[in-house]
Amino acid sequence: MKHLATILVSSLALMAAPAAAETIAITGGKVVVGDGSAPMDNATVVIRNGRVVAAGSNVTVPANARRIDASGKWVTPGIFAGFSRIGLVEVGAVRSTNDTRAADSVFSAALDVQYAVNPFAAPVAVNRAAGVTRAVVSPGTGNSMFGGYGAIVDLGQDSDPITKARAFQFVEFGETGHRRAGGSRAAAHILFRAMLEEARTYSRSPSLFDSDLMKASDAKALLPIINGSTRLMVHVNSANDILKVLDLRKDFPSLKLVLVGAHEGWRVANAIAAAKVPVLASALTDLPEGFEELAATQSNIGRMKQAGVQVGIGMINDRDAHQLRYSMQYAGNLVALNRIPRAAGLSWDEAFAAISSKPAEIMGMGAKLGSLKAGRQGDVVIWTGDPLELSTQVETVFIDGVEQSLSNRQERLRERYRNPAPGALPKAYDR
Amino acid sequence: MKWKDLLAVAAAGALVTGCAATAAETETASASASGSSKSSAKAAFPSTYKRYPSDNVVITGATIFDGEGQQIDNGVIFMSAGEIVSIGGPDTAIPTDSTIIDGTGKYVTPGIIDIHSHLGDYPTPSVPAHSDGNEATSPVTPEVWAEHSVWPQDPGFSRALANGGITSLQILPGSANLFGGRAVTLKNVPARTVQAMKFPGAPYGMKMACGENPKRVYGGRNRKPSTRMGSLSLTRQTWINAQDYRKKSKGAKPPKRDLAMETLVAVLDGDILVHNHCYRADELNQIIDMSKEFGYKVTAFHHAVESYKIADILAKEDICSAIWADWWGFKMEAYDAIPENAALLQQAGACVVIHSDDENQIQRLNQEASKALADGRAMGIEISDAQAIQWITYNPAKAMGISDQTGSLKPGKMADVVLWNGNPLSVYARPEKVWIDGAMLYDANDPGRRPVSDFELGQPGEGDVK
Repeated sequence: MKHLATILVSSLALMAAPAAAETIAITGGKVVVGDGSAPMDNATVVIRNGRVVAAGSNVTVPANARRIDASGKWVTPGIFAGFSRIGLVEVGAVRSTNDTRAADSVFSAALDVQYAVNPFAAPVAVNRAAGVTRAVVSPGTGNSMFGGYGAIVDLGQDSDPITKARAFQFVEFGETGHRRAGGSRAAAHILFRAMLEEARTYSRSPSLFDSDLMKASDAKALLPIINGSTRLMVHVNSANDILKVLDLRKDFPSLKLVLVGAHEGWRVANAIAAAKVPVLASALTDLPEGFEELAATQSNIGRMKQAGVQVGIGMINDRDAHQLRYSMQYAGNLVALNRIPRAAGLSWDEAFAAISSKPAEIMGMGAKLGSLKAGRQGDVVIWTGDPLELSTQVETVFIDGVEQSLSNRQERLRERYRNPAPGALPKAYDR
Repeated sequence: MKWKDLLAVAAAGALVTGCAATAAETETASASASGSSKSSAKAAFPSTYKRYPSDNVVITGATIFDGEGQQIDNGVIFMSAGEIVSIGGPDTAIPTDSTIIDGTGKYVTPGIIDIHSHLGDYPTPSVPAHSDGNEATSPVTPEVWAEHSVWPQDPGFSRALANGGITSLQILPGSANLFGGRAVTLKNVPARTVQAMKFPGAPYGMKMACGENPKRVYGGRNRKPSTRMGSLSLTRQTWINAQDYRKKSKGAKPPKRDLAMETLVAVLDGDILVHNHCYRADELNQIIDMSKEFGYKVTAFHHAVESYKIADILAKEDICSAIWADWWGFKMEAYDAIPENAALLQQAGACVVIHSDDENQIQRLNQEASKALADGRAMGIEISDAQAIQWITYNPAKAMGISDQTGSLKPGKMADVVLWNGNPLSVYARPEKVWIDGAMLYDANDPGRRPVSDFELGQPGEGDVK
């Protein structure tokens, strides 16, 4: 009955406005701000009206605050997944539940994931319970090298997951771009340029637009890419393909590029840094899955960081609809690399930032998300210990200052089968 | 697409040109088949593995997980001539003519063993020309052998060694087919030929599959099986044929050699171990009943994400579950997977093996075991660190039929040993040194002790730390 009550309560909560007005003080914990600074012992985090008011050692607890004792615990910003397909997929291989890509659509750049993200998908609840509170959600690509608009979302239990719609446009270069564009990298580069040029003609006289390459809606969707008001997230991996993507700005100077994947980024790290293009990189890819990543190494992120590249972790095409909870493990592995001769990892503080403030900053949301600095949205997680360590569990999750249910299908199944043998009634009655 | 499970679809459409052996070569070998073999094919493609030279090595002061559930603090382990000679606490005798490694603050485990890998048969780079894991031209192919698809130059072997401490692994055919073919157990030692990697004396496995994959691959071509009931009928009919062949083989006029039947008869005789890909609890139970109908034993259910629902039954039947820590949701039959699967099985007294089925997670099996352990403890199930290490050492060795040779640190066993720079259940630990049969084949501190496959030679990133 207890579980039933929980479900009824959370169903009711869907209709109500989020209880963001609550003032909360989390005291006594080891606090990680998430901006790359060192953890603070015995510190306090105050959340009010859904936002972080303060986080530090000399913070006054407001008189009306609900106090949460976090002694012996760690308190951090929620995990920000730098790349995902969260909410776009329920079951990967069940096509009707998979909104990642639209291979049969006549549209491309105009597709917009904000209409597809399902906040009630099971993976949202599972990853929320693991401490992931925000995510970049990107479409894949169908018939075109352009996938459409991606969004920034929260993993809250309420019915509005969208933090920022149309946060970026997604495009494939490299081996996938080669395939989508018709069979060569040359085709990808001319298609990209031609589509952007035709979008310009659209902007001059929309009613006369007629193109063999795309619909008017797609042309319209590309305009904010050309003028740099919307980011262009480019999936690209090989050193040479990265250089050619950086060169796109010779033709389109205002492009606001973000690279994702970038398995060989370390080989051209100086060029990426000089171009001031940020990277959401796969953390642990170290095999030549394709010829575009012959030099893949787990030291990629560490070496790019050393070269001055702004870099966060983004797990593209790596269980990115279901396992954002790997983020902490991946970051922890980068810390482990520091003890391997000739390898390059991240310090603990940098590694945590790579799954909190860095992705937020790279997506232009650093002033609102990704850390516990004053004014940021109240996404806070209380952990039993070091959040990057495998043995650590999540205790409490706040999103926008609202304490979240950690219940999910996996937890319910676990409890039903805690003792697998049926009792007085079949298992179906056990809830 | 990372999951080999799903590759069944892609492979089904691909043209696969295998390099089939001629039966004639194995005909003469049958007379000299060794051991308990009843199968004429057992001596075919024999292992040519030879251990590499080794020093006498003693590790002192380390925390040792012995692979069979015991932890020794401030432990000593001595290996010589490719074998473990002694293991014990701080007062264990230290021989004089040995290299002594100070293991203070470090950990020692048996070499890690992956019971489910496709390295070599789905190697990287994963281009179509390398897709050799599923003979997806018929749902019943017990005649194929995974070892004939293994490319020894797969760079994945080296990553598994250096980052994962993998010393032995089983390479299986994929899951497109009800009978996928023979699996082979390898030593993770780089070699020019797969024969030089074959684990000496290891029994063969046979890959079987139930559930979504076979019916998707063949149902899509309007042929049997297109349903789960179709799969069971075809599998049972194949066993009936095997029983018939076996009976005739013992008669006055033995039938002509048949590769498929030889493998199936060896299963019925208990010489080949069954590794059955199967996800759902209800289907696991169907497979158990089928095995009883035909008198064979399922050694391990692979990918059994719903084992926790019938942990009591699996304990009683003494069948291992080879599972991921937390994969879920990638297909319908994986929808009910939970991260506490391993712990619930352990609690019920059932055999747990953590496997990878993945060229990336094989590099972190220790971490996968650690996550499964942590999720169990979080729900109140008490499991020791040493027991979790058993999930990736002794238990897979037992299910692969090699536990008398490796999988735990017992005197007389192969010196397959990993020295970790911290607790292998911590995310911050990595292998520092790895020995296989006493030969140090990886040393994090020595770039010369890091294998580089032919494929990576002369390429960007050659010999990098990876």
